[in-house]
Amino acid sequence: MPLTNERAEELAEQCRQFRVDVLTAIHGAQSGHPGGSLSVCEILTLLYQELMNVDAKRPDDPDRDRLVLCKGHAAPMLYRNLIEKGFLPADSMATLRKLDSQLQGHPSIHTPGVEMPSGPLGIGLSAAQGMALGLKLNGSPARVYAVLGDGELNEGAVWEAAMSAPKFGLDNLTAIVDWNKVQLDGTTDEIMPIRDLPAKWSAFGWNVVRCDGHDLQALCSAVELARATKGVPTVIIADTIKGKGVSFMEGKAAWHGKAISDEDYAKAMAELGGDR
Amino acid sequence: MAQAIREVYGNVLTELGEQNKDIVVLDADLSGSTKSKVFGQKFPDRFFNMGIAESNMVATAAGLSTTGKIPFVNTFTVFLTTLGLIATRAQVCYGNLNVKLGGAYCGMSDALDGATHHATEDMAAMRALPNMTLLVPSDATSTRWATEYAAKTWGPFYLRLSRDVYPDLYAPDYKFECGKGAIVRDGNDVTVIACGLLVHKAIEAANELEKKGVSVRVVDMYSVKPIDRELILKCAEETGAIVTAEEHNIYGGLGSAVSEVLAWAGAGVPTEFVGIRDTFTESAPYAQLLAKYGVDANGVAAGIEKALTRKK
Ligand SMILES: Cc1ncc(C[n+]2csc(CCOP(=O)(O)OP(=O)(O)O)c2C)c(N)n1
Repeated sequence: MPLTNERAEELAEQCRQFRVDVLTAIHGAQSGHPGGSLSVCEILTLLYQELMNVDAKRPDDPDRDRLVLCKGHAAPMLYRNLIEKGFLPADSMATLRKLDSQLQGHPSIHTPGVEMPSGPLGIGLSAAQGMALGLKLNGSPARVYAVLGDGELNEGAVWEAAMSAPKFGLDNLTAIVDWNKVQLDGTTDEIMPIRDLPAKWSAFGWNVVRCDGHDLQALCSAVELARATKGVPTVIIADTIKGKGVSFMEGKAAWHGKAISDEDYAKAMAELGGDR
Repeated sequence: MAQAIREVYGNVLTELGEQNKDIVVLDADLSGSTKSKVFGQKFPDRFFNMGIAESNMVATAAGLSTTGKIPFVNTFTVFLTTLGLIATRAQVCYGNLNVKLGGAYCGMSDALDGATHHATEDMAAMRALPNMTLLVPSDATSTRWATEYAAKTWGPFYLRLSRDVYPDLYAPDYKFECGKGAIVRDGNDVTVIACGLLVHKAIEAANELEKKGVSVRVVDMYSVKPIDRELILKCAEETGAIVTAEEHNIYGGLGSAVSEVLAWAGAGVPTEFVGIRDTFTESAPYAQLLAKYGVDANGVAAGIEKALTRKK
């Protein structure tokens, strides 16, 4: 079912607020990854706030949907979503990257709502595959989502999982690539050209859906297509913009992992309507 | 003066590149952080950014080395020594190839990124590989030496480098030797054998304890493999107690290397191990982590006091 216009607007407003809160936390920690947290905002928000079956009151429900944030450095956007779902206290954002915090720089499985540790790129999709295999064996209706970065696709292990998941017919597994065209040292074209990404996944046997990763309606249809597809896993290739929402961060590798100065923070807040 | 170890490394690598056209440098999308970028900007033809693909990177270096090149391989310590391990073991070390590994952010020096980005077991892995030489610089001068020495000496090398700024310790003309350690502060009640950042923390602890009348010797064991057997035995005999100190799990690293020497020689004396106590770490500002995990001057001082109590 497509989102109603009203619901789409609500989610868009949530995305705006989450961007504000995530940048506030990264600014507070004076460390973290603004670019990749902003680009994955709609993807995570739509999944957690609309589509996934997860409930903080039943965190061990064997039939809950799972999400592996393979690009673990976008953790703040995951945490903000988990807070909204009630897994974490609202004021915990301010403890990001601080001593004794539940909000580690990269996701820890000891944090409520986090299903798998991540941070080292390249191994998340395989872990999601393991979940999907186990859930199938259990006869569970649960779905597994793996959210990857495009730079992360440089890792060979991603392609090992890309090759094996279709073999096992994992139609309960959906990979989502946050295709923002920028990695750490530079753009993907400069560091490791991806070339024809949809064709690559397709050649490995995946159902490939491409969409605008900042368009909630388009993302929603893509996930629904994935749910409806039987026999093979689906990859959603989401066209995104690194640093989306803050003009001076957009498309810039320099904003991959950089502390935000007070001045830049104020500018970003003005653009995002932070004080609304 | 004090200098960031990674900055010194990047600059020395670039100087070496000027002198020796066979030096090639690889990185895995972290060249701005490891400072291999300095080399890359000067010698773009001899610099390969492999993308986020550490296994591919180390194995490529293995291949390059067989064509007469001297590859220096760079990324965060933790990814180099985990994802890069199969090629390091099966190709670089088993093949005894001329590959130099630069582990850029050792210990908890990538503090805020947290446990997944801390390297607290890398020495255990690298030390257990036949043919590997493991050097741990403790200041700008020793970083320069280790990098130059690795470049001119055949075989697999692992340089344990830091993101952090270390105070200067050695005069520019100090004569380092692979397989040796250095007494950087003399004393006769106990010896702290440390490497990297912990050499500085040990000196701090020693200076504090001197006020209480305790005389602490500090050894910088910058060559962890091969290790200075003679010096360890001499310190055990002369001071009668040993404390090892490292930004690493207490299992498998410098402490283990030192105790192997003592045990083999049947020269055991009361020994204490300062390091991360077999636990995963967390995100926080660096100084707070060093304090919480017991690898600051207080941690070393506590180790010294325990060793002294046992010595009595
Ligand atoms: C195995 C591994 N190597 C290197 C890194 C360091 N690193 C963190 S993020 C990053 C770039 C990631 O780029 P991308 O996947 O495109 O993420 P995004 O642009 O979505 O933030 C790198 C190299 C890492 N976390 N893990």
